[in-house]
Amino acid sequence: MTKENTQIDNLTWFIKGLRDGVPISLGYLAVAFSLGIAARNAGLSAFSASMASALCLASAGEFGGFTLIAAQASYLEMAIMEFVINMRYMLMSTVLSQKLPQNTSTFKRLLLGMTVTDEIFAISVSVPKKLNPFYSYGAVAIAAPGWTLGTALGVIMGNLLPANVVSALSVGLYGMFLAIIIPPARKNRVLLLIISISMILSGLFTYMPLLSSINSGFRIIILTVCISLAAALIFPFKENENEE
Amino acid sequence: MKNNVGIYIFIMFAVTYLIRVIPLTLIRKEIKNRTLRSFLFYVPYVTLAVMTFPAIINATDSPLAGAFALAAGILFAWFGMPLLPVSVLSCILVFILELFLK
Repeated sequence: MTKENTQIDNLTWFIKGLRDGVPISLGYLAVAFSLGIAARNAGLSAFSASMASALCLASAGEFGGFTLIAAQASYLEMAIMEFVINMRYMLMSTVLSQKLPQNTSTFKRLLLGMTVTDEIFAISVSVPKKLNPFYSYGAVAIAAPGWTLGTALGVIMGNLLPANVVSALSVGLYGMFLAIIIPPARKNRVLLLIISISMILSGLFTYMPLLSSINSGFRIIILTVCISLAAALIFPFKENENEE
Repeated sequence: MKNNVGIYIFIMFAVTYLIRVIPLTLIRKEIKNRTLRSFLFYVPYVTLAVMTFPAIINATDSPLAGAFALAAGILFAWFGMPLLPVSVLSCILVFILELFLK
């Protein structure tokens, strides 16, 4: 079933991942810069902040975490907060579990867990057919240093990068998301409809008075689960392999 | 007594990593249920769409520049432009627009 894919050299996939990871790394550098500024405001050293970034590789999770550190919250509060903000990774990881060849070893799966970020997940699921985990390893190998370095620079240099450059760079990751979800939607009307509904509801949840009090991590998980479930019930996926 | 920053960071790491790795290591079989498979098929599209809008508009200094970047990104992607050019062109567009929108 997955013969052709497993025969493709792991190194080739790793290099492909490195290449596709470059725009992610640059985007991370910019976003992490502002994360570093938040860490500095929370009283963290450049070392602590970049350790957190290297280990967690999670924007919203780290922003939330630094806020709680500044507030000297309890360790339990920290654990609950991280769980809620990062719950979407559980869904992504479940999707990836279906994208992997079944015989993938536990060790490779444990390593792949380190690569589950919004962006690397996005490029990993868009690989045709099965995922060779080395692709994601390549992407994280170049993206994680960008994230970590960006955080450290943010703490050390604060507002050195001109504001308009930071502002321009901050749309890069969203541009990438669009490049992933739009082309398949052109061929599939159902996807087009679902993507439109998702954006509209997300807008409502962000700006409607009562709904806007829900934090962004929780909003993403609620909308993802509800909309995907409704879509699955109304437009069940036709039985023809894992095609995108 | 002040809480320890190292312990905070360790908790952040441990919770985040466990969330990421548990489904990957525990779910080894192909999910056969049609509804569940459909659900998992739609998840990436929905979640990326939800994360992109309206965040792209709030990410830029000028919301109008963000809105243009969204429209342009959709258009470029619609006509099959690959990942990196879509991403870079969106950034350049915002940079240029914000020179005028100040």
